[in-house]
This record gives sequence, structure tokens and C-alpha cells, in this order.
Amino acid sequence: MAKTKAPRLGINKDVRLVRHLFDPTKLKQIPTRNGYGEGVVEAGQNNKNVVVLCCDLTESTRSLAFKEAFPDRFIQMGIAEQSLASIGAGLAMAGKVPFISSYAAFSPGRNWEQIKTTIALQNSNVKIAGAHAGLSVGPDGATHQMLEDIAIMRAVPNMTVVVPCDYLETKKATLEGAKRKGPYYFRFARAGSPAFTTANTPFKVGRAETYRHGTDLTIIAAGPLVYEALLAAELLSTDHGIECRVINCHTIKPLDVKLIVQAAKETGAIVTVEEAQVAGGLAGAVCETLALTTPVPVERIGAQDRFGESGAPRQVQEGLGVTAPFIALAADRVLQRKLGKRVPAIPAHITAAQNLLQISRDNIMKEALSRTPKKWGGKKPDSSLKSR
Amino acid sequence: MPNLTLGPKVRQPLHLHDRKLKTLEKKAGDIREDIIDMLVEAGSGHSAGPLGMADIFTALYFHVLVHDPKKPIWKDRDRLILSNGHITPVRYVTMAHAGYFPKKLLMTLRKLGSPLQGHPEREYMEALETTSGPLGEGMAQAVGMAYAGLMDQSPWRVYCVTGDGELNEGIAWESLMFAGANKLYNLTFIVDRNNIQIDGTTEDVMPLEPLQEKLEAFGLNVIRCAGNSIRDFVTAVERAHGVSEKCSVILADTIPGYGIDFMEYDFTWHGKPPAPGKEAQDALTSLRTLSGKIISEHE
Repeated sequence: MAKTKAPRLGINKDVRLVRHLFDPTKLKQIPTRNGYGEGVVEAGQNNKNVVVLCCDLTESTRSLAFKEAFPDRFIQMGIAEQSLASIGAGLAMAGKVPFISSYAAFSPGRNWEQIKTTIALQNSNVKIAGAHAGLSVGPDGATHQMLEDIAIMRAVPNMTVVVPCDYLETKKATLEGAKRKGPYYFRFARAGSPAFTTANTPFKVGRAETYRHGTDLTIIAAGPLVYEALLAAELLSTDHGIECRVINCHTIKPLDVKLIVQAAKETGAIVTVEEAQVAGGLAGAVCETLALTTPVPVERIGAQDRFGESGAPRQVQEGLGVTAPFIALAADRVLQRKLGKRVPAIPAHITAAQNLLQISRDNIMKEALSRTPKKWGGKKPDSSLKSR
Repeated sequence: MPNLTLGPKVRQPLHLHDRKLKTLEKKAGDIREDIIDMLVEAGSGHSAGPLGMADIFTALYFHVLVHDPKKPIWKDRDRLILSNGHITPVRYVTMAHAGYFPKKLLMTLRKLGSPLQGHPEREYMEALETTSGPLGEGMAQAVGMAYAGLMDQSPWRVYCVTGDGELNEGIAWESLMFAGANKLYNLTFIVDRNNIQIDGTTEDVMPLEPLQEKLEAFGLNVIRCAGNSIRDFVTAVERAHGVSEKCSVILADTIPGYGIDFMEYDFTWHGKPPAPGKEAQDALTSLRTLSGKIISEHE
């Protein structure tokens, strides 16, 4: 009789993540946008047809390095996202490989129709670099936080949609984008986030990677929150003996259907994690796939049909319930459902986030108002202001 | 096509007496100081634009607008639309001075739970009229409001503040074309012509000049004024009120970072506040001493 092999558990050694994965003192925090800045310069060295277009945001999108390396191949658009997309398409049709860069809120936020018609419908070779995506612009507020980009871009035929998880993967995604033919959207963030992959970590557009082995359920994550998913999996393993598989699903489109269906079959429960609207986002893509193939219980972490708001990026992430503790709550719920148990109508990860958000708001407002100076109607001396 | 021939009557002249002018100038100075104090508390936000527009916002809220801070959405109020939402610190501070909300809220700018969001959001405070930040969109909404105002022959006027870099956007020119075509004389655009945007001077990034001629070619009544002179700006508004067959655009030449010697004319101050400590103190000193022209007695 053949021995049954014990299932593999824990971090997947084959994907070569950093050794100090859970050591906050050694883990570097690097904004993913830096990966774009470095990647696009390297792409420019590899291919003289690479050009970069930018809408008056050269420094903050990190296009500046390319501008300095190749001033003749950098095009300043002014604040004009609609022509950014269509002029980019024109350049592509004349043989260039344009990277069009702006904040994701405005490109693809504002120029979606131009992207659809002049880039996707014509299948032109334009790379759309969406900066400041997700909640990472924190204090700027909802107008500048982009949560709908994944949904609106994956709905467009011919489009590839990539959400890299850290600085190095953003660099790889940039280089890969330059090599591939056709419309390519990728998004990255402003704030620093854990740099936890290495040069040896595999990255191939269209192929999701298993970062952690597990048998009880699968967390499918994209973007910097992949790290939060790993944290949640570690917490569930040490505290509750629950073994989560964690998949970095950096390519939302084309989705790695094979790996996702396999995970659904083997673990029977899925949690999706993204810094975007769950409606139509990674959650939408996964649910559509599973409904057509292997229906299993799914819980969704992400923006729950609401906008973001002003606040420090981490506070807003916590307030919207996308960090590790909320992922753990969603994992608990999906396991209950897998076992056929009854669960509350409104998921605990949603109510807990709402409660935390209200408490954080109250505390932060109370703290700020307690320091009100006399000139603004408070009790503290004016000299106590940070500006004095 | 609705009848757009009847609308707000030409307003009474906005007599600005010397004594009132002095009060307004002092008020604008206080507002600049509060902008710095507030931005340093917030730790992020835009400096140059708000400082440059403090005189115009003071003139608008304390002399030009027909409004009531106690009834912020009174139906016959004048509408002030801030299209370049990133300069909202100047609007917040001026509104606090005008009594729309307690000044203590200035401590909370850009913080979790604050009604003073990083970019103005109507959902958090109706008196802001619109949610803005993404550029050019306030201009289009102002056009919509003005058109509705004329359809209903309403007495109120619409004022829309826009940046000059903002005029890079296609929607800005689409809105201006519509305003010209429909002779929206109850609408006055106020362009903050401070010649800077994030990546550099407007003429380096995407030249706008000859701006006056371009706007005139769209059928607009263009009035040029010195945007840091309250007197000059109020006169420009009076001239806009006096024209009843065209939409007016006031091209207000302003100095970005006005009042703080090391910020003036410098585009790198577009999107950041002074650092707490010495930089912030230098900024306040520069404001109080009129860039070193007078020595403060309290030094």
C-alpha cells in the first residue's frame, strides 16, 4: 500500500521570498512606484523605442529617472489625461512603446473611453502606468484614491491587468510590460510597503504564484496586501492551527484559472484580498471563475462598495478592513461556511472594520481638537502649534 | 432651447471704501498665517496656491458674495465653485473666518474623521458646493449651475475659481466653449494665473499664452487684474457684473506663495507644506514682517 504523502505546509521555499519575512526590523519598506521608476529606465536601455509620457507628475510617478536618462524620449503632456491615452496610441501605431503615466485616479480614471477605443479596440502597444493606486495617497482623500481601476480595466477586451505586490515585482512588471505586445495596465502605490520578494522570486504575467502552502483554505491576494495575507496566514497557523494557502495573483487578467480552480478543489474555501473595490475587482474575477467551474464559499476583503477618505494610509487601510486581522476574520467565516455552519448575515470583518473606523475617527479628532490653540477657540497657547 | 435672456439683475456697485479695504487686507494676512499653521499641523497639503489666493478669497467671502454662513445652502446664495480643489486650505480658512464652522476644526485638516478632507468633498460639508480635485470638472459643474440659474431666472451668480495649469485639461476648454456659446453672463471664472504647476512654470510644461486672446476667441469677456490687490480684484468683479451679454473670465495675476519670501514664485512649493520647526517659523516671520520690510516688535 502506497504511503499518503503529508501535505506541504508553510512558506513555499521555491518562490525565494526574503528570509526575514516576518522580522519588521529587517524588512525594508519601499514604495512600489520606485519599482516603476527603475524598471522603465531599464526598459529604455533595452529598447530604444520605449518612450515615457507624463501628465505634470514627473517626480511623483517616478518618471523623473527616465526623463533624466533619456530626455529625448520623455514627453511632457501637461495635465491632459485624455490626450495622454490617445497620443500614446498614436505613438504606438508609429512603432514606439509608450508608457503613459499619471495617477490611476485620472488615468485610467478619466480617460477610460480613450483607452477603450484608441488603445484596447485597436490593440495598440501602450503601457498604462497607474500611480498612487489604492488607498496609499491617504490624506489626499477619496478624489485621489483609486479603487475602481481593476474593475474598469479588466472589463476591457485585449487588456492585460497587473497588480504587483512590492517594489521588485513592480520593476519586473514594468520590464515585462515593455516586452509584451499589446495593451497593458499595471498599478502601483505611493506609500512604502514591505519589500518581501527577491530577484529570484518567479514572475510571469498570467501565472499566479503560491507563496504559502496550506490545506484549510486559500487566500488569493494582489498588490502590497499579499504581505498582509501572509501575516494573516501566519497568525492563523500559530494561534489556531489553521493552514492557509496564499496565492499572489498579480495578474488579474488573464487570470490563472488553472491554479485558482486547483486551490478551490483542494482547499474548498477562498478569501480574496485587494486594495480595490471588491465589486468587479480581483474578487469579481475569482468569483466569476469559480461560479463557472468549482463553486466554493468565497469571502472578499477590499473596499465594500464605499469610497475611501482622508487619513494616514495605514489608518485608512485599517478603517476599510483590508489588513491582516480582518483577513483572519474573513478566513474564519469562510471556514465556517465550508463546514456548513450558520454565519451572521453581515460578515464580522465588515462590522469590525466599521467599528474600528468610527473609533479611530473619534480618537484622532479628539486628539487633534484637544490641542486647539487660543486663537482658534481652544485652551492651548498659540505657541503649542507645530508651526511655532 | 430655454429662454436665457432674463437672469440676475446687474448688481449694485461693490463700493469698497478705504477703511473696509484695510480690514480686508488685515484679514487676508491673518488667513495666510492660519493657512501655514493649519498645513504644518496636517503635515501635508498645498502651500503656494492657497497663499497666492488668500486676497481673492477674502474679497469673495467678505465683500463680493451674497451668502449667509448660518444658512450655507440657502437657495438664493451665490455659488462659489473651487475647481482647483487642491488649494482648498485657503477656502477652509476663509470659511472658518466667515463663520461657516468653528476655527478649531482647522486642527483636523486631512485627518481621519475630519470634515476638512484633503480635497474638498461636498458629502462632508455642503457649503463647499462641489467635490473637487480632479482638474477641470468644477468648471463644467459651474457652467451647469449657471445655465440652470438662467433657465429659472434666478437672482444668484456663480463664481468659479480655477488654476492656470488646470487649463491643460480638455474639459476646461469644453466648458469655456459652452459658457461662451450660451452667454452665461451670471457666471464669472476666476483664473489663478500664478504661472506654476507641479512640474514647473506653466509656460515650460504646456504654454498657455496668449491666454487672454485664446479666451476672447471663445466669446468670453476677459478682464485682467492683479490678484494680490483686493481693490483691483473687486474692480474686476464689478466689470464682470457690468457685462450682460457674455460670460466673464477674470485673469488674476497672482504670486504663488505670496507673503513668504522663500516660497514666492517657486513651483516646488506647489504641493507641500513647510516642515515643522525652523522652516515653519521662517514662513510665519516672513508673513508677519511683510517679507522683512517691517521688523516685528515681538521678536
